[in-house]
Amino acid sequence: MINIKDTLIFHGIYYLKRELKGFLITLGDIGYDFTRVMFYILRLRVNFKATIEQSSRFAVDSLPITLTIVGMTSIIIAMQIAPELAKQGAENYIGMLSALVMIRELATIMAGFAIISMIGSSFASELASMSVGEQINAMRVLKVDPVEYLIVPRFLAGVIMMPLVFIVASFVGLLCAGYVSKITANLSLLNYIDSLWRGLYVRDIMIALLKSAFFGGTIALISCSSGYSTRGGAKEVGEATTRAVVWSFLAIAIWDYIFAAMFYL
Amino acid sequence: MTIKVENLVKTFDNKKVIDNISFSVNDGETLGVAGFSGSGKSTLLKIISKLISADSGTIETTKNSDIAMTFQYSALFDFLDVYHNIAFPLLERKEFKGKYNKEELKKIVAQKLKIVGLEGIENKFPSELSGGMQKRVGFARAIVTNPKIILYDEPTAGLDPVSSTLIEDYINQLKKELNASCIVVTHQMSTITRACDKVILLYEGKIVFKGTTEEFLQGSNPYTRQFITASIEGPMEIKSTT
Repeated sequence: MINIKDTLIFHGIYYLKRELKGFLITLGDIGYDFTRVMFYILRLRVNFKATIEQSSRFAVDSLPITLTIVGMTSIIIAMQIAPELAKQGAENYIGMLSALVMIRELATIMAGFAIISMIGSSFASELASMSVGEQINAMRVLKVDPVEYLIVPRFLAGVIMMPLVFIVASFVGLLCAGYVSKITANLSLLNYIDSLWRGLYVRDIMIALLKSAFFGGTIALISCSSGYSTRGGAKEVGEATTRAVVWSFLAIAIWDYIFAAMFYL
Repeated sequence: MTIKVENLVKTFDNKKVIDNISFSVNDGETLGVAGFSGSGKSTLLKIISKLISADSGTIETTKNSDIAMTFQYSALFDFLDVYHNIAFPLLERKEFKGKYNKEELKKIVAQKLKIVGLEGIENKFPSELSGGMQKRVGFARAIVTNPKIILYDEPTAGLDPVSSTLIEDYINQLKKELNASCIVVTHQMSTITRACDKVILLYEGKIVFKGTTEEFLQGSNPYTRQFITASIEGPMEIKSTT
């Protein structure tokens, strides 16, 4: 007689149930940490020194990889579209198209990915190691709330610094695209800039800055929350980092969709 | 009396890890909490330090008693140097923020380091210290607010015998300096003998012995006898998971 517990369906249901439980717990942890972070921010209980330290870390650590990724992506796109547009006699649209793609989508999403891999994973593993090593418990016993001391400064660093990273990344991306257009489509820099102005809208820039702030805050919150709730040992620290990266990718994809639907649909 | 625990119960996954535990510790007294691994010692300490809550029971402490705790692996903040580790509660705790100026803080930290015999290491980071030194810095951090209750979680675990003796001496010294009530979770016989005035022995979350250190060492109780002789045979079943 077949034991139901040995069947593939039983194992599938068990696995789904476990994953769903894990998903809901993670969602609950993030929501709970967010309310506590907002509690401190709204009461202006912010450790400014720690916030400045984290902001500087956020910008300095993430900028090289962000600029490399955004720069390379814009070069690759320009290499493919500039000669095609030039062939059609539409080289005057290269700058405009680059500006639209860069400001509306590319710079924010690519910077987001770079920051998840560079900063988000670092926040998650750092807090997870602290949790596993009982440093977070030590903080609680010393009557210092770890959320106020560890998560609030990182969250604010994400919200403040991500728009700045976006501005620098966009500038570098557009510069790279202009340089490639000159080489591949023989488009002068003046013509490129002229075309670029036509595709640059203040509304787009404001939306992109707002989107960057949401991305930065979300990445910081998910990464910190994932690390903070870790229990166990080295294996769990690794799992927390993976969870932070996967959840952050998903979250910024969802935010990106919401922003596109809200402002461009 | 500084701390009084009554009928404490804590359950994890339908298993009682703390089962109706009661005891009290007076000022200037050290209670040793002994037991094999998994007997509920550390959980008891976490409940007293309010890191986790009990299902039922009460913990009474003398009014405004600050509870300090030292951890098995020190739990020093590895991103801060020794000075900032020790000054941490005075710099970050709401009630102390801005209370002391830089010079006063330096003086307090130097004084606490002197108590644990580690003068002049303020600028070192935890990774630059030995295990024993890290524990002593942990002690200095714990007593920086002059607490009346000090909890020690396995203070001599992982240390060589000489370092263990040194740590045991500091436990006695801190108790005298602050006239504090101390609870020491340990399974080291030397710590019980040298640092504790009275002892409770836990097995499966229950107290199976309660008495003075002398009574404990007499080994007239079958549980204490098994613990002292470190025997596999006896009323306490050693599980394969321990």
